[in-house]
Amino acid sequence: MKQEKLTVLSNRPLTKGVYEMKLAGDTSAFSRPGQFLNIALEGFYLRRPISVCDLDGDTITILYKVVGHGTEAMSAYGPGKELDILCGLGNGYDTSKSGQNPLLIGGGVGIPPLYGLAKALVAEGKHVTAILGFNTAEEIFYENEFRSLGADCIVATADGSAGVRGFVTDALPDNYSYFYTCGPEPMLKAVYRASKTSGQFSFEERMGCGFGACMGCSCKTVTGYKRICREGPVLEKEEILWEK
Amino acid sequence: MGKMSVNLCGIELSNPVIPASGTFGYGYEFAELYDINILGTFSFKGTTREARFGNPTPRIAECRAGLINAIGLQNPGVDRVIAEELPKLKKVFHKPVMANVSGFSLEEYVEVCSRLDREEQVGWLEVNISCPNVKKGGASFGMTPEGAAAVTKAVKAVTKKPCIMKLTPNVTDIVSIAKACEDAGADGVSLINTMYGMRIDLKTKRPVIANRMGGYSGPATFPVALRMVYQVYAAVKIPIVGIGGVSTAEDVVEMMLAGATAVGVGAANCVEPFACRNIVEDLPRVMDKYGIENLSDIIGGAQ
Repeated sequence: MKQEKLTVLSNRPLTKGVYEMKLAGDTSAFSRPGQFLNIALEGFYLRRPISVCDLDGDTITILYKVVGHGTEAMSAYGPGKELDILCGLGNGYDTSKSGQNPLLIGGGVGIPPLYGLAKALVAEGKHVTAILGFNTAEEIFYENEFRSLGADCIVATADGSAGVRGFVTDALPDNYSYFYTCGPEPMLKAVYRASKTSGQFSFEERMGCGFGACMGCSCKTVTGYKRICREGPVLEKEEILWEK
Repeated sequence: MGKMSVNLCGIELSNPVIPASGTFGYGYEFAELYDINILGTFSFKGTTREARFGNPTPRIAECRAGLINAIGLQNPGVDRVIAEELPKLKKVFHKPVMANVSGFSLEEYVEVCSRLDREEQVGWLEVNISCPNVKKGGASFGMTPEGAAAVTKAVKAVTKKPCIMKLTPNVTDIVSIAKACEDAGADGVSLINTMYGMRIDLKTKRPVIANRMGGYSGPATFPVALRMVYQVYAAVKIPIVGIGGVSTAEDVVEMMLAGATAVGVGAANCVEPFACRNIVEDLPRVMDKYGIENLSDIIGGAQ
């Protein structure tokens, strides 16, 4: 982990409520896709943990949904604003287990970390298929960005207004070598049940510190207690214990 | 003796800054960030006899000037703390550490304290009779002078190291509890633990924290903690570790003027990982600004 000052390059809405923010600065603390950063916001006590969507040299892209006062304040930040950010948090996805035909399954604002992962897997010469799940056509973002990477992209909408009608699990292909997923917990559970191979899940939890000090985001796993912020957010399928 | 040094129950601290229990783990997360030997000491994660997972999540809720936590004493249990955590800590921290102990019965406090009392790395035992996040034991001992005295007596009977009793603010009269600890043989008191609090999510209309309530800490609690330290200092002769909302070197000085010999820093570590380092580095400037020659001279100076 490193504490850095990053500068907002751009901050724009992709859909109603989902924003893309690009930040410039030292990104050397990040080593894997699926890691996250933790942003200090003026006027708010806790930092806001947000997964990294893309890393490109000195530029970081994050996508976030306005869900409360903190993210609402973030959405108003303009270019040039300097932010205090903890970088390089969490374990991230392990691409070494992907096999040749990895499947990426994302739901809503669980999709962003899969973009950086898709980019890394394509760079390793893998054939990537991405299933992007949304409630409705108006909420779709980053479909073209995934396609531009060279990934096969399947969109699913719950109301059938675009792509496959239904949930991401209704769009699962027959053959894939491994999977990576991130999204709301009901979706993760459905993927857990429907998936035919091993895979990696990225979890979300309310965090205090985001770097392992406070034990606020602990979960039980087959291999013992883990902190979502430190030993997570990515857990392997075989170690997950569904509690709730 | 340096200008920032203080004496806490017979052990010299190079400065009064002590990361508070539960916000600093067993030290390594922070040792990766800076040399934690610049700290006076730190109080490690509250340790119980058995390993504990703690409460269900969510365990954290944000507030305007602080946070509520309901961790519920997650820790690996005293056996593993001694076998694994202390040896790991020894590599990165070369000063006496404060061992924070929690329990659910007198017997448990006695057993965990006597085990940790034998560890060379441990300088002080900080006995938590104030955890707001467990149903039995914990805070209930700290709610009455009789309960606080009973734990104090029991742990003092089996330990040689200084015992500092950590007190809850969620009581009618913290002074009477501090006095009961002193009368029962406590070497010091630390205060305050977190204040009972809660938040409700307007969307779900349910409490944010799975356990419904939790312990509130952060800058908003500072004036309350300061007042309690001030009152307790006037009533007892044993040293006080002042804790509650401390975020800056100025806060440290203010807490010492109220009566604290050493000062705990809690919630600030969760939002600013370098908080304690920054405070230690800024103390000389603040001392200079306010004409303070030696920090130990100002303890209780506002009385």
